[in-house]
Parts: sequence; C-alpha cells; structure tokens
Amino acid sequence: MNFETTIGLEVHVELKTNSKIFSPSPVQFGSEPNANTNVIDWGYPGVLPTPNKGVVEAGIKAATALHAQIEKHTYFDRKNYFYPDNPKAYQITQHDKPIAHDGWIEIEVDGQKKKVGIEEMHIEEDAGKNTHENDYSYVDLNRQGTPLIEIVSKPEINSPEEAYAYCEALRQRIQFTGVSDVKMEEGSMRVDVNISIRPAGSDKFGVKTEMKNLNSFNYVRKSLEYEEQRQQRVLMSGGKVQQETRRFDETTGKTILMRVKEGSDDYRYFPEPDIPALNIEDDWIKKVQAEIPEMPGSRRERYINEFGLTAYDAGVLTQTKEMSDFFDATVAKGADPKLASNYLQGDVNAYLNENKVGLLQTDLTPANLAGMIKMISDETISSKIAKKVFKAIMAGSEPVKWVNDKGLVQLSDPAKLQPIIDEVLENNQQSIDDFKNGKDRAVGFLVGQIMKKTRGQANPKVVNQLLMTSLKAR
Amino acid sequence: MNYFDQDLTSLHADLVAKKISALELTKATFANLRQVDPQLGAFLNLNEDAALKRAAEIDAKGINPDNVMAGIPVAVKDNIVTKGLTTTAASKMLENFVPVYDATVVEKMRASDAIIIGKNNMDEFAMGGSTENSAFKVTHNPWDVSRVPGGSSGGSAVAVASGQVPVAFGSDTGGSIRQPSSFNGVVGMKPTYGRVSRWGLIAFGSSLDQIGPITRSVKDNAAALNMIAGYDQHDGTSSKQAVPDFTAGLDGNVKGMKIALPKEYMGEGIDPKVREVINNAVKKFEELGATVEEVSLPNSKYGVSAYYIIASSEASSNLQRFDGIRYGFRAKDVKNLEDVYVRSRSEGFGDEVKRRIMLGTFSLSAGYYDAYFHKAGQVRTMIINDFNKVFEDYDMIMGPVAPTPAFKIGDEISDPITMYMNDVLTIPVNLAGLPGMSVPAGFADGLPVGLQLIGKAFDESTLYKAGYAFEQATDVHQQTPKVGGAN
Repeated sequence: MNFETTIGLEVHVELKTNSKIFSPSPVQFGSEPNANTNVIDWGYPGVLPTPNKGVVEAGIKAATALHAQIEKHTYFDRKNYFYPDNPKAYQITQHDKPIAHDGWIEIEVDGQKKKVGIEEMHIEEDAGKNTHENDYSYVDLNRQGTPLIEIVSKPEINSPEEAYAYCEALRQRIQFTGVSDVKMEEGSMRVDVNISIRPAGSDKFGVKTEMKNLNSFNYVRKSLEYEEQRQQRVLMSGGKVQQETRRFDETTGKTILMRVKEGSDDYRYFPEPDIPALNIEDDWIKKVQAEIPEMPGSRRERYINEFGLTAYDAGVLTQTKEMSDFFDATVAKGADPKLASNYLQGDVNAYLNENKVGLLQTDLTPANLAGMIKMISDETISSKIAKKVFKAIMAGSEPVKWVNDKGLVQLSDPAKLQPIIDEVLENNQQSIDDFKNGKDRAVGFLVGQIMKKTRGQANPKVVNQLLMTSLKAR
Repeated sequence: MNYFDQDLTSLHADLVAKKISALELTKATFANLRQVDPQLGAFLNLNEDAALKRAAEIDAKGINPDNVMAGIPVAVKDNIVTKGLTTTAASKMLENFVPVYDATVVEKMRASDAIIIGKNNMDEFAMGGSTENSAFKVTHNPWDVSRVPGGSSGGSAVAVASGQVPVAFGSDTGGSIRQPSSFNGVVGMKPTYGRVSRWGLIAFGSSLDQIGPITRSVKDNAAALNMIAGYDQHDGTSSKQAVPDFTAGLDGNVKGMKIALPKEYMGEGIDPKVREVINNAVKKFEELGATVEEVSLPNSKYGVSAYYIIASSEASSNLQRFDGIRYGFRAKDVKNLEDVYVRSRSEGFGDEVKRRIMLGTFSLSAGYYDAYFHKAGQVRTMIINDFNKVFEDYDMIMGPVAPTPAFKIGDEISDPITMYMNDVLTIPVNLAGLPGMSVPAGFADGLPVGLQLIGKAFDESTLYKAGYAFEQATDVHQQTPKVGGAN
C-alpha cells in the first residue's frame, strides 16, 4: 500500500530585543540564575504587563518575511496552566487574533521548488526553566518573559526532507530580518513537529503523533523518518496509530512514547484584560517594513545577475546574513565580486573553521578585505604575497599600509626587472644552453632565481615575458 | 483626635500655620485609633513607627502650602501593595507577605507627603460585600456594631466614618467602594476605569478593578482623587486623558443639570425606606434647579449574572499565581508538586474565594466558554450601549447605591445569591467602566443610605459638582456614628 505523509511544524523563535516582552528586565543568554528578573517576571501580586513596542515591530518584520497577512486589530490572550517555571500560572500569548496569518515560504528539495503555507504566526512570552539537582528543584526565571514568535505551518509538508528544507528556509528568512539569532544551540529556535500518514488518495488525514523541542534540523528529519516508517509498520500490520507525544532518542535514532493524548488540554484561553488590543496602523507597518533588510532570494538573484556569480556561490554567500552583508560591504568598498566571493568561501571560511569563530568575531573588516583584493586585481601584489597580506588583514592590519611598510609591492616595471634578469642570465649560462637545446624546465629554474633575487615581489607575468625575449636574443 | 470637626482644608490650614505639626497629628491619630478601632476592626495592621518617622521628616522639610495632602494621615485597603508593610488582601494566602515595591497610588501618596497610618480590613481578595470574608477579623459598622460595614472596602469606609482618618483608599470591582460608603455614611468614588493606575493593586477582576478615595466630604474626596489620578506607564490600561483639578467647580450650582433616574434602580427589590431617601434626594436636586427624569437601563438586570462570570473568570486566572511556590502561604508536609498546589490553595484560600475560582474556571472551560464568558461579554456590551444612550441626553445618572442599608453580621454570609444581589445597582457601572460615587443622602431606621451618582467616562468632575451641591444643601454629612462619634 502507498501512503501519503503529512507533516506540520510549530517553530518557536526567540526575538532579539533588549528587554523582555512585558517587563524592562534585560534579555540575555547565560546570566546568573534569576539575575535578569524583576517583580513582573516573578508574577508578584499587583504587577501588570506592559507590552514592548519592539516586539510588535519584530513581529511585523517576521510576518513580512513569511509573506503573511498582518492582522491590524490584534490582541493577547491568557493560556492558563500551573507549572513552577510559569510564575503567573498563565502564559500571555495570542490565541484568537494572532498578529499574522496565511503566509508562505519557498523551499527547494532535489531542485524542485515548492511553496509551503504558514497558517499563523503569533507573539508570546517564554517561560522560565526548572532544573533538578540533589533532591532539590530550582527555578530560574531569566528566560521568563523573553519574547517569542511561534510560526505554525499548514499541513502542506509531505516528507522529512521537505521538513528539513522548511526549517532551513525559515531559519534563513527570519535571520535575514535581523529579529532573531535563530540559534538552535542557544535555544533561540525550537521546533515541534507532528506527522501523520494516510493511504494515498484518502481525503482524511491520519492520526498524528508529535515530537517536541527537537534541537537540530537533522533530528527533525531523522525523527520524522523514523516516525513515518513506524506509522507505516503499525498500519501495515493492521494496527492503529495513537494520538501521542513521543520523544526522539538521539543515540538510537528512535522515537519513544512519552504520553498518550486523550482529547485536548483545556487552557481556558481568554483575552488578556491587562493589555488593551493593538491597532496596528498602515503607516506603522510601512515604516517597519522599510527597515527590513533585503531577503536572501533577492540577494541571490542580484549576485548572479549583477556580479556574474554562479548559483552555487550565490547560495553559499546567502547562507547567513552576516556572510551576505560582509560580501556586499566588501564589494561596495570596490572589491571584485568574484574574488571577494572566492576569498570569503575559501581562505576566510577556512580561517573561521580552524579557529571556530564567527565572521564578526574576527578582526577582518570589509574595507581591509576589499583593500587586499583591489591590490591583487591591479597587480600591486602577487598571489604569493597575497597569502601574507591575508594573514595580516585577519589580524586587523590595513593592507595598503602594511604592504608598503613591508616593501612587498609587486615589481612590474621592465626597466627595474631587466637588469635583474640580465644578471641572472649572466650567472647561468648552463640554463641558457639547456633552453636552446629545448629543455623547457630551464625557464622555471631561471624564474625561480629571479623571484629569489626580488624576494618574491617580481610580477611573474612581466618576468616571463622579459625572460623569454632575453633568452631568444642570446 | 478624631476627624469629625475638620476637613482637609482646615487641617491643611492648621498644618501650614503650625497650629499642629504632622508628627502631633500622626500621634493623635494613633491615640484615637487605639481607643476606637478595637470596637470596629477597621485596620489589619498599623504602620506606626514608619508613619511617625515620616511625619517628623515632613515637619523637618516643612508643609508645602500648595499641597493639601501634605502631612495628612491616610489609610489604605490591604489589597494595595505597600513596600515594607505587610499586605495580605485579608487572605491567609498572604498572611506574612511583605511587598518589595509600592503600588503607583502609594508612590503618589508618599510623593505628596501623605502619611500612611495602616492597612484596612476587607473581604478576602476583595470578594464580598460585607467584609465578613476577611481571613483575619470582623469589621463592625460604627452606626450599629451588630451590622456589617459593607464591602469589600469595609475597613476603609469604617476608618473614615468613625473619624479615625480623614481619607482612606479602597478598590471597587463591583461596588466595593460605593456600597460600604453608603452603609457608613461617607463619600466614596469609583473613578472611570483607567483614571487611576492599577499597578500594585492585587488583581481581582482586571477589567473592572479601580482604586478610589473614601472621605467624609465631597471636596476632600476630590482632593484625594487629584493625588492619585493619572496615566501610569506601568499600567497599559491607564488612560492618557488629561486630569482636571477635581476640586474646581465645586460651587453648589446644579441649575440646568439634566439628571436621569433609571426606573430599574427604583423598582422591585429596593427597600421602600431606601427608595424614600432617594426620592427626597431627587426633590432636593429639583429644588436646586436640576431636572430629573425617569429613564430605562433595560439590560441592567443582567448585570449581576454577567459580572459574576466576568469577574470570577478573570479572578480564577489572576489568583493562580498563589501557588505556594514563590511567596505567601505554603502547606506543610507536602508530598509532591501537585500536593504543593492543591493543599496550599485549599488551605490558603477562604470559601468565597474558592467559590469564585470554581465559577470562573468553569465559565472559561472548553465547551462552556461560549455560553458563559463570551455571552457575558455580549451582555456587557449591551449594558454599555444602554448607558451611552442615556448619556446622549443627560449629564448624569442617579439612584441608590444598594437595595438596603447595612444588614446584620451573619445574616447573608451563608446565602451567596442574596449577597451578590447587593451589588445589582453598582455592578453595571463597573461593567461600563464609568465613574460612580456614593454620597450620604439620609437614613433608614438610623442607618445611613447613600445616593449613587453615575457619570460619563472621565467626567468625575460633574459627579463632584453635583455631590457637593447636594451635600451643602443637606445636613446628612454632619451626622456622626455611635462608635467614634462625638458623644
């Protein structure tokens, strides 16, 4: 029997704001427990939430990046449940009228492009964190009130590969808006998945199982692959898939039953009375949208059409916003786009991998990279010298000054090169004889001697020309 | 000293003229309070050391002649948080809770050099109309100590009515300032929703709660509202509407004022003696040159039902934070997390609070939300529309505050529905977010009866103007109760 797979994703993205969504406490990763909290985050008697305007603006940006409709009359709801990391015993979220709905993003699997619909996107607050140690439980409310957006896909993803591609595309688009770091390892992007299968052609969805808080895109794919197979085995053997929450075991690659869902939880949602409904005016939307940086797709097209890069190179450069921004800035400083692309993907990338740092953590600047590339293009330095200059610019040096100070400017003036060539020829009669006898490798030896005399600064192209002319004249 | 013979204006004059110092006034206030309050139980806890220290500081820097609240002793309902001063909301749940921050209204009191004397008894978490739901003590009506003071701001109203303080602050979710003011013969204002910041008010019904002043005179009340009103960035529901000087325009002139008298407020269920007092008040307003005409608020009869669903639903959510984890009461010998929640809440909350949490939880539950919470919201809209329609033609609405004068302690506490019906005339005002004031209007069998004045949103000024004119034209406010009274 053939089955069709239906996958839904709920993706939580932590917004990169200075302060929390409803309190002035700072949003910071890795602080002392409860350092970033105040009475609002503690859910103290008498406190009230005050919405952070920046969060709404981030929501507008993210919604725009997802091609979603922005709900101009939107409000918050309370989701009620008891848990120690949830100090008010309700989460302020959006249930009835989320800030955005009906969007889409484009994914690509095996060269096939597909639009995946976004059901809705809402703004909410994150909870704190419970930890358990030595028979005690500890509550850290630093994360309490961190602004989140939750993006809910339509049931239009049909394979684990597509789910993976969806995560990648989503991460990339959100990252390019600048509203979040979208780092899985720091928890600023968290993915819940659900999957069901049905006989091909059936018009009713199957029973779905879900897996929460998967912490890499690979695990998203692997857990879905496993679940897809497992559900098929259950159905093929005449069994029924149960609605349940399962956990993905990273070591075995299997999913394990956590709890069976009976009906749905009752969170007693109702409109948050402490926060008046938001009326988002068109002017505000326009103003915020104007601040959104260029999206990766548009950048890729520009790189291919304007700069003549290959689709592959354009793709690599737009993997992250920081790389793409760096590339654009380098080109804007006058660097040849192809050379800039090669350097960023080659030497720079190797440096980052070797030193395990991010691009913005290095001392390299677009101006310095462009400075070096311009010297290569106009043959001020040789590619050999460029290796040294590269090390210098990675250490923060200004390339033109550095090359001048070290006296490494390439020697291209024939008037200066000719005497050196003549001198080398005088001292190497044997090589001249070899050349005359048809032994071409004598040329290589002679060039090496010339380069040695000029400490590598001679322009190899000019040297070659002059040398050949001189040899033939002898 | 008691505060029967002086109002804020005369006290202020004495303070400025140094006839009395803030410290002497504060000491005298505590001396009198120790005589009077043991019979009444208006206060839950006193702030004596800090108050005396503050009074001395205010004396040292001098009384600002432009600030009528400087050096004035005030009392605060115990659901308004006060930094460093135990705040319990009259609940065992918060028996030893000492807040680390001040409510905005308390900050404003401190900034105005008002001196906080202590915290007033109330119904637990402001749920009730008799102050009998306090976990800690019974408060008695100074006009007849066998009777309730009303509620939930019963302690605040009694503290003023018995002359212990000139000003107290209460909160009103469905009548909790106006009804005890009526029962105690004092002036109580529930301002427009959003007029006063709720930051630091322990939430009951968030869309209904509002803090307001209780005083012996209308002018004092206006001065006290001046002190606490205004937008607050900590409260997203507070309004940016300009705050006028509420003491301006108190000239006794109501000529040409158009007043509406809803027939629903004078009909069945209203004690005939209460009706008589209100009818006399109507005559008085007509004598003063106002016109009073009967109107209809047809949906007000659904107000009580809608209110108990909306307020209880919000409360069921607001009170979830009292879970025994971070502060307040925690049950002993708990076995696990669920046990912490269940036993702390079972042992920490009183019966009325539990009743409303259950009612609210039910009203919000899947499958019942549409029939209850959602429907109640629709009724609320209809009630708002009723008021809007009347205010197209009238400046103010008037009627009784409560269907009866103060009832006997113990009479209604076992009958929640009768108790809830006490709020039938005050609740619609909260549902519509309008300002409402209780002004002493007369007596029924020796018990005070209040006249309720209801205004357009943010038009407290008209209520003060009318209340002042009525007060000056009658001698009701000059009467003093048995306990704490001059004789």
